[in-house]
Amino acid sequence: MPETLPLRRVVIRFAGDSGDGMQLTGDRFTAETALFGNDIATLPNFPAEIRAPQGTLPGVSSFQLHFASFGIVTPGDVPDVLVAMNPAALKANLRDLPRGGVIVVDTADFTKRNLAKIGWASNPLEDGSLTNYSVHAIDLTGLATAAVSEFGLSRKDASRTKNMFALGLLSWLYSRPTDATFRFLGEKFAKLPVIRDANIAAFKAGYAYGETTEVFEVQYQVPPAPMPKGRYRQITGNLATAYGLIVGAQKAGMRLFLGTYPITPASDILHELSKRKDVGVMTFQAEDEIAAVGAAIGASFAGSLGVTSTSGPGVALKSEAIGLGVMTELPLVVVNVQRSGPSTGMPTKTEQADLLQALFGRNGESPVPVLAAKSSTDCFDTAVEACRIAVKYRTPVIMLSDGYLANGAEPWKIPNLDDIEQIEPGFATEINGEINGKPHFMPYDRDPETLARSWAIPGTPGLEHRIGGIEKAALTGNVSYDPDNHELMTRTRQAKIDGIVRDIPDLEVDDPSGEARVLVLGWGSTYGPIDASARLVRKTGRNVATAHLRHLNPMPANLGQVLTAYDRVLVPEMNLGQLATVLQARYLVPVSSYSRVRGLPISITELESDLISTIDALQEENR
Amino acid sequence: MTAPTGLAGVPLSIEPLTKKDYTSDQEVRWCPGCGDYSILATFQSMVATLGIKRENTVIVSGIGCSSRFPYYVDAYGMHSIHGRAPAIATGVAMTRPDLNVWVVTGDGDALSIGGNHLMHALRRNVNMTIMLFNNRIYGLTKGQYSPTSEVGKITKSTPFGSLDTPFNPISLAIGAEASFVARSIDSDRKHLTEVLTAATRHRGTSLVEIYQNCPIFNDDAFETLKGPEGALISLRDGEPVLFAGGEYCVIRTDSGELKVSVTADVDPASIVVHDETRADPSQAFALSRLTEPGILQQAPIGIFRNVTRPAYDDLVRDQITDVRADDPTSALASVIAGGDTWEADEK
Repeated sequence: MPETLPLRRVVIRFAGDSGDGMQLTGDRFTAETALFGNDIATLPNFPAEIRAPQGTLPGVSSFQLHFASFGIVTPGDVPDVLVAMNPAALKANLRDLPRGGVIVVDTADFTKRNLAKIGWASNPLEDGSLTNYSVHAIDLTGLATAAVSEFGLSRKDASRTKNMFALGLLSWLYSRPTDATFRFLGEKFAKLPVIRDANIAAFKAGYAYGETTEVFEVQYQVPPAPMPKGRYRQITGNLATAYGLIVGAQKAGMRLFLGTYPITPASDILHELSKRKDVGVMTFQAEDEIAAVGAAIGASFAGSLGVTSTSGPGVALKSEAIGLGVMTELPLVVVNVQRSGPSTGMPTKTEQADLLQALFGRNGESPVPVLAAKSSTDCFDTAVEACRIAVKYRTPVIMLSDGYLANGAEPWKIPNLDDIEQIEPGFATEINGEINGKPHFMPYDRDPETLARSWAIPGTPGLEHRIGGIEKAALTGNVSYDPDNHELMTRTRQAKIDGIVRDIPDLEVDDPSGEARVLVLGWGSTYGPIDASARLVRKTGRNVATAHLRHLNPMPANLGQVLTAYDRVLVPEMNLGQLATVLQARYLVPVSSYSRVRGLPISITELESDLISTIDALQEENR
Repeated sequence: MTAPTGLAGVPLSIEPLTKKDYTSDQEVRWCPGCGDYSILATFQSMVATLGIKRENTVIVSGIGCSSRFPYYVDAYGMHSIHGRAPAIATGVAMTRPDLNVWVVTGDGDALSIGGNHLMHALRRNVNMTIMLFNNRIYGLTKGQYSPTSEVGKITKSTPFGSLDTPFNPISLAIGAEASFVARSIDSDRKHLTEVLTAATRHRGTSLVEIYQNCPIFNDDAFETLKGPEGALISLRDGEPVLFAGGEYCVIRTDSGELKVSVTADVDPASIVVHDETRADPSQAFALSRLTEPGILQQAPIGIFRNVTRPAYDDLVRDQITDVRADDPTSALASVIAGGDTWEADEK
């Protein structure tokens, strides 16, 4: 038996052809790892093409998992272990693997022809080019095919079990529990018993291969991470968003209505919510993005909580309807799972470049609250909060997520739903005014504190009224072209949204030493890389403060003070400095933009070293 | 009294209502002589006869002259954005089976910018009635040609004549799988009342095209159809298609096409007998093609098609009822708790 070596953290990247089942393999390894009690963070990375030509570089799909015995916040910059199922997967991912990294590679496809396809003149497994790595070249396909020979599968089907063989091998190598995977395969292939049994056999063969051969000198043990007491599951950002929307609507006692149109990387929200008819959710796959948001507004008008989920190109199409929501002052939650743009951009790659679109991308003065989730699990809380603001203030709310949060998974402490605050829709049921001495319903009469308008839904007797996109007369809601009224209503709509600031918490700064002079301020999914980099910086003995914005509009009341309390403010974003622009315009303070637009999360090691340079330069200046 | 199928689920009024109950306090602001006035008056009288509660009627409109309609009806209403009313009304109808849902739109709103939504509402068969006011011109933007204007139309935007082929809204609706398709005209209140009443009785999407005169930008567009000598081909379910006092008729030729003939010249057996409930839409479609595509010389009015097909919103609600958990609150808790879970202790 090989020795067991304890490790604190490991980053594994599974890479293969898009048809090789790498996302499934990664998901299963993640599930086993989460069940074992490690902290986890994942990064699926796949091409937009469903099946690019086999064996080519564009067809490579990968799944990276970071797991540890302590709290982690990102899927890791670079893998420690690369599992490559073909030459293309090895070539596409090799440059990310640090020297000394472990490679587990399937040798089956390393033919002259396949190597030539990706521009390799000689076989790297034989020509010595991988001497800096710890390479385990194994005929995974051949071993898997042999392990399932008794099931009488076609050659193609038999070779497809190679991903389960690889999963079994890795499960042994990292001492993962296996029961959940057997259960999963049993359910997934319940109607195809032969396929089920073959996959289980391949998995077991891979596990046994690790145990009995002497390919690996060590077996690794990453002990469970300490986490606050409670029951956990793993969850992706899209799933957490879907759950948050359901819970938000339920807390308001309203039906959740999702009007949407499929778009990467947001479609999983539709997929989940369309399953949730069991809890009364209504979903509508519309003919286009505009109809999707239109139906959601119609549902809200009729007293449900209308929601639409999309990505940047979809928000572009919905802009006019969001403006209608602003004018009619109806609740609406717009979820934008951001992806790389402009135009179609890179649909499966992440970015944060829709912030200015969310804040300003409509005609006229059209203020809308904007919230951003900072992690996959935070998508749940952010979605509940978006529902709360939408209902309480009768307004469209834009919730920003992104492709990285949407598909990445984390352990999630299962919330007790009773602990989540109720939301009061407070529908109007009584006449609230009079015209010429006659009782009359005033749909634009406002709550003096929140400025939310009186909202009566169809079917309420005596409160019949008409609303629409034309400017409203204050109180009556009738069409008005009066100049003073327009000024009043424009300022009132802005004041209503600005006033939400009273309802949101102050920005908290994490500055353990209390002596930091550099603040790193982030929003959205940069939370993980910022937090991880700051920890590394602090380990070097330097001081750095971090803070993270959930509310992008309105921004927390103390933000101006926070910004001026530091000598330097660094704003990392996966765009060309959109938050930095807004901060400088609004607070008249210099901030340094830190931009990366590679379609990938910001690199921790790169940010760490840039932070160290910034801190040291500041030290130097002040000497 | 019980509500007709199309309004099943809508609560009934105890007090009888009148046109006045459906008249809002807003001053009507269409141009003098606009066909919209008579359509509004007809609607207000008609809806009062339905026996339903006033607060359960919702009218959604898009943009255009016709789309000002909701302001003038004392019910719930939304004057929304250009072309999107069918989509918004779909959200209303799906979530609220107790509402009588109407869409008011025009030829520009429904057939140009909103063509996609109209088509898909008809395909889905959402329970609502769409009144399409067709004046064959853009009124609100002051007189550009519309997707139903005849080819060669001289307007501000087509000084040398329009070039694009117009839509026939009835043909379009039948092609889009509509289950109820009708046409009426602003000047015939009795006919319009009958057609709108039938439309409310139908469950699913009812499309009613209403020829509507725009006295400012396209005056007398339908004048050639009117009067005892006019060529309005009135369709009556179960009756032979005769018009102009019986002088003319519609026959099916040997080659299968429908054609207008002088009644005295044809074999009475060849005269088409209208059946609005035919499952096959081809005869309804053929009747719709008797509409002149250019300057109107003849056009059928009445109900072209009225067939029973499940309404989308009913199916959606039924599906939820079928799979809904007995206790949704605890079902939600268990969904969120997930399958594979583990317990952690602070270590």
